[in-house]
Amino acid sequence: MVPTSYYLVLSAILFTIGVAAFLIKRNIITVFMSIELMLNAVNLSFVAFAHQWHQVSGQIFVFFVMVVAAAEAAVGLAIIIAIFRTRNTLNVDEIDLMKL
Amino acid sequence: MHLVLFFIFGGLCVAGALNLLLQRHPINSALSLIVVMSSLAVLYLLLGAEFLAAAQVIVYSGAIMVLFTFVIMLLNAGREERTHGSKAAYLVGFPGAAALLALLVYVFLSYRRQLGGVSLGEYLVTTSDLSRVLFHELLLPFEVTSILILVAILGAVALARKEQ
Repeated sequence: MVPTSYYLVLSAILFTIGVAAFLIKRNIITVFMSIELMLNAVNLSFVAFAHQWHQVSGQIFVFFVMVVAAAEAAVGLAIIIAIFRTRNTLNVDEIDLMKL
Repeated sequence: MHLVLFFIFGGLCVAGALNLLLQRHPINSALSLIVVMSSLAVLYLLLGAEFLAAAQVIVYSGAIMVLFTFVIMLLNAGREERTHGSKAAYLVGFPGAAALLALLVYVFLSYRRQLGGVSLGEYLVTTSDLSRVLFHELLLPFEVTSILILVAILGAVALARKEQ
């Protein structure tokens, strides 16, 4: 038997690594991938809680998160391609038009 | 048995995520993210979510990550270079992330007694259970997601198209 809190701790570790990668990475594609990692970590905690309280709705949430993540990945990668076309760089430090 | 499987695949998850953080080349990060997502599918199976395990493999490590690797190869993304901004990110990022991790782990471990445990095969949500809820009570949100996907496809095509 594995305590549910182990799964939650694993999801916390994955989420934190995702946050750290989001802040540290300079390549826009890797930054985007760390967002996917954070989404996955939250999905794991949803499934763990769904198992804990025997609720199907937790898994339904994960399903919808997957749908939104797929849509988000398609649009986000299209935006990245458009950025690369106009600026010829993937470094987030050089894409600072909206920065104060 | 369950604990061993949990530690093997949980360890693979953490190792893959750390590799994503440490690698400088985006293609290596993408491949390690595929490892993370595939081992998460095994963890979903351990938690009795069979449909989500299949969907995780098909949607995440299949579709989304193929899209990522495809874009990385299309844009010919090279190693990322260190810039001035990354120093500030190191200074703020690591302590902030460590504080977040400490807080979350403290909260989860302090509720360890109330939460109970997971046994293999004790609770299984089959695909028919899931679809019964999805197609009876949540039919409208399910249909709305199809419109969302359609809009996302159109948006992706419109954004990625070469401007005349």
